[in-house]
Amino acid sequence: MTELSTFWHVWVSAIVIGSMIACGALIILTKKGQKFDEETDQTTGHSFDGIDELDNPLPKWWMYFFWSTIVFGFGYILIYGVGDWKGFGNWSSYGQWESEVAKAEEKYQPYYDKLTSMSIEELAKDEEALATGQRIFASNCSVCHGPTASGSEGFPNLTDNDWLYGGSPAAIKQTILAGRNGAMPANGLKPDMTDEQRKDVVAHVLSLSGREGAGDATKGKALFAQACAACHGADGSGNQAVGAPNLTDNIWLYGGSEAKIEFTVRHGRAARMPAWNEILGEDKVHVVSAYVYSLSQDQE
Amino acid sequence: MKHDIVEKNLPLMIALIVIAISWGALAEIVPLFFLKETTQPVEGLKPLSAVELEGRDIYIREGCHVCHTQMIRPFRAETERYGHYSLAGEHVYEHPFLWGSKRTGPDLARVGQRYSDDWHRAHLYNPRDVVPSSNMPAFPWLFEQKVDGRDTPKKMEALRSVGVPYTDEQIASAKDEADGVREIDALVIYLQQLGTVLTQKR
Repeated sequence: MTELSTFWHVWVSAIVIGSMIACGALIILTKKGQKFDEETDQTTGHSFDGIDELDNPLPKWWMYFFWSTIVFGFGYILIYGVGDWKGFGNWSSYGQWESEVAKAEEKYQPYYDKLTSMSIEELAKDEEALATGQRIFASNCSVCHGPTASGSEGFPNLTDNDWLYGGSPAAIKQTILAGRNGAMPANGLKPDMTDEQRKDVVAHVLSLSGREGAGDATKGKALFAQACAACHGADGSGNQAVGAPNLTDNIWLYGGSEAKIEFTVRHGRAARMPAWNEILGEDKVHVVSAYVYSLSQDQE
Repeated sequence: MKHDIVEKNLPLMIALIVIAISWGALAEIVPLFFLKETTQPVEGLKPLSAVELEGRDIYIREGCHVCHTQMIRPFRAETERYGHYSLAGEHVYEHPFLWGSKRTGPDLARVGQRYSDDWHRAHLYNPRDVVPSSNMPAFPWLFEQKVDGRDTPKKMEALRSVGVPYTDEQIASAKDEADGVREIDALVIYLQQLGTVLTQKR
């Protein structure tokens, strides 16, 4: 990967090897005292207030240690190289990464091959696959949908069998692979909606799940047909093709109080589920789809 | 004793010390200034827009880089979690770079487009709302404060003087683009473009 020009290759090599040789030379040149082990006064000749500065040789083990670091350095260069030369070990950080990935691939691919040969329905009953899916979910999906997949305001609950884009295995997998973009325009298809009218629409929406609002639900129903029915359906039961939620089931992504619904109508909503195909790869998406699918299967 | 010459001549000693300690830099750093791989942008890299640039400054002001790195190392464990390892060419327009060194939170080099804008806003308002076990601080004031665009063109000019290819038009329109944007929106826009130039995620 690195492409050093000849100049810089020589530059780096010369500095590295030159420094190592210079260190050795420095040790030899300053090795005074080492050879006269016989009696001398072993001082530098500095004297102050009758205190002499000693000039003892460095301890032998210390000298050997110095030398061994230099020898180690040359050994290191032979294996890992210097400048543009890769050394006899032919090591590179990219190479190490590639071999790590290849090793992991060899280890895990057969496992994923086994899992992807099964359908999502089958995997949803396979405990080992679910454990794998649960871990993939925990490290990627739980960031928004919560550790127990129960969601929070603006992030759908995945355990309740209420689906914006469909709860079939294929729909779940498609949602994870390609992501989803939910967009509710402010005031639906009636941008000139007045505050009064909005109150009526909200009253009608509340009536769909058996509640009452401050506005006139009858007037609201007519307005709903104009502004909202295109996506949510005339009866408010939603449309999974465009991700329009069912308004009759009293499950609310952004809160179901009168004030929250009023806010949603007034400002609209834009929700985005990111696409995971590129990040996780299709194999893992398949497995985590089975996990998500399994979450709502024990309750009807 | 030749020691005396060095020991009693402070400027000479300083000069020699500087030479001695710069040896490593001469071998390890200086060649990188002349290496294509580190000085050329990766294909498709664009300088940050005015709003993104202000978002980046908020990122720096709030100290995000103190706990979050922007540097995916070439280890499988990291590339599995964060995506393709970082390339030098992705950072050539960054002054200063925000690679960081302390990983209290996850790496953010490729956080762009990984989560929705709504998630980022909820998370920055109070991280516990979406990640119960998070120990990240909350940044609610970002929702009230607005970006002051007066300095944006100057920042861009400063960056241009160190090699970021901003055009005159970009600098001319920077003030209007950035002025009055909510800080949270600028920060989220900055975050959402992080690491998205490299399309190969794995």
